[in-house]
Amino acid sequence: MTKGLTRYLLALGDDALVSSQRMAWWISRSPQIEEDIAMANLGLDQLGQARSLLAYAGEVEGNGRSEDDLAYLRDERDFLNVCLVEREQKDFGVAMVRLLMFSAWQHELYAALTGSTDLTLAGVAGKAVKETAYHLDHAEHWVLRLGDGTEESHLRMQAALDAEWPWLAELFDNSFVNEDLLLQGIAIDPASLRESVEGRIAGVIGRATLARPDVADALSRGREGRHTEQMGYLLAEMQHLARSHPEVTW
Amino acid sequence: MYGNDYETPDAQRARQLEDTPESFRELLATEGRVEPRDEMPDAYRRTLVRQIAQHAHSEIIGMQPEGNWISRAPSLRRKAILMAKVQDEAGHGLYLYAAAETLGVDRADLLDALHSGRQKYSSIFNYPTLTWADVGAIGWLVDGAAIVNQVPLCRCSYGPYARAMVRVCKEESFHQRQGFEILHTLSHGSPAQKAMAQDAVDRYWFPALMMFGPPDDNSPNSARSMAWGIKRHSNDDLRQRFVDMTVPQAQALDLTLPDPEIRWNEDRGHHDFAEIDFTELFEVIKGNGPCNQQRMEHKVRAHEEGAWVREAAAAFAAKQAAGEGAA
Ligand SMILES: [Fe+2]
Ligand SMILES: [Fe+2]
Repeated sequence: MTKGLTRYLLALGDDALVSSQRMAWWISRSPQIEEDIAMANLGLDQLGQARSLLAYAGEVEGNGRSEDDLAYLRDERDFLNVCLVEREQKDFGVAMVRLLMFSAWQHELYAALTGSTDLTLAGVAGKAVKETAYHLDHAEHWVLRLGDGTEESHLRMQAALDAEWPWLAELFDNSFVNEDLLLQGIAIDPASLRESVEGRIAGVIGRATLARPDVADALSRGREGRHTEQMGYLLAEMQHLARSHPEVTW
Repeated sequence: MYGNDYETPDAQRARQLEDTPESFRELLATEGRVEPRDEMPDAYRRTLVRQIAQHAHSEIIGMQPEGNWISRAPSLRRKAILMAKVQDEAGHGLYLYAAAETLGVDRADLLDALHSGRQKYSSIFNYPTLTWADVGAIGWLVDGAAIVNQVPLCRCSYGPYARAMVRVCKEESFHQRQGFEILHTLSHGSPAQKAMAQDAVDRYWFPALMMFGPPDDNSPNSARSMAWGIKRHSNDDLRQRFVDMTVPQAQALDLTLPDPEIRWNEDRGHHDFAEIDFTELFEVIKGNGPCNQQRMEHKVRAHEEGAWVREAAAAFAAKQAAGEGAA
């Protein structure tokens, strides 16, 4: 049970942490200053979610690991985030398509988790549901504008959508969720979110004059700690300083 | 103006204001604020545009050296604080571009001037951030120097600039405290952390002192800016104020400022400090600093790679407007 809950919290926390790390790359690299500010907001919200979830995971686990121990001292195979969020996103279209997918999923998830029988988790969800509503709104806004903007932006957005789509399905993978957590009303089965999340995304891409990609799902196994090659570099960069100076405070 | 050093300050001020509109002189005399619709001399407007734009550019380019450490911040709490700080700097850039726009220029044109090198940004950002401690040193010394420079600008004669500076200064003092706190933690941490902090202060001290500009006897535009109520104190006065403020803070940090000549001068009521070698500053201004090229390339690349996004947003907005017109 404890192990199952720790794992569940780590998976959601890792999603948020790794996504935040990618989002922060955009600060000073966005198409305009307003977007630098928005990207920082998004990344900060996700980082806040990650910190709450990882701190709580450490508490539930009971081995005295802090949010920083979990973020900086675990190896790649112990990270449980979906591969969707770990891949590089140096194209603004890709960033917005991915945010649309991730925030649509996170929003549905957290909305459901506000009713969790675990009151700490419900509390985290209560804050996150408001944040992700804004993230989703931001992503929708951009996907619409770019999908239905210029000919070039339309082509770029369709390409971004085609590239990201195979990684969407992993968000609905429920193999890492302990059944007892579901029975006790602590966790939400990600598979149960599929219809509403895909419906939400389909609505936006339709209005954005984009076509739903006809591509196969990627073999994405982040929930088992099997990541893409890009994950190692992300962690190497994020963790190196903390690991170079063990046992100190910053 | 070099030949007029024998003038009294009042006479100098009066001469600077010759041939300016009566209403403008009246506003300056009564410490009133010049607002966008008020009459103002062209040279005053041009000087303000140049100064506010350079200030805005500095906020924006200033995001890069500290942004360099967001991905590597050594704790999640520090990462969050740093992201919020760099975000604040983007906000400062926005307020300042908006203040410049009240003078009849466009943000897009100002950005073009930055990208093509016609307008400058503060040279301090052409130094690299080599270690995590540099994030602390920048917060403490660079934001600290910025505060000393900018607090008097809250009383600047041009209303929109003065008001933007009030907001900016509040946030800069947060940044300065956060930087101090980073260095304090490092200097009371492991020997390696302490050495990292000392090294950062050693590298940033003189560049921070140079942020106040050249010495007064080599600062050709100061007199006019003072007469216009844009500048309130001389470069050297501000630099002295910064040194006096910083010396006790360095002691509290248990770090040494890299100037053996710093000592309290009872007669002057100020700290003495070494004469600054400005040759380096002038090299950096000329474009030969360690990061001049990198900062500009980063900024220009982001701008160019974002062009399709801005174009699409404009096209979408035009379609929406046309659609609404039709309906
Ligand atoms: Fe600033
Ligand atoms: Fe600042």
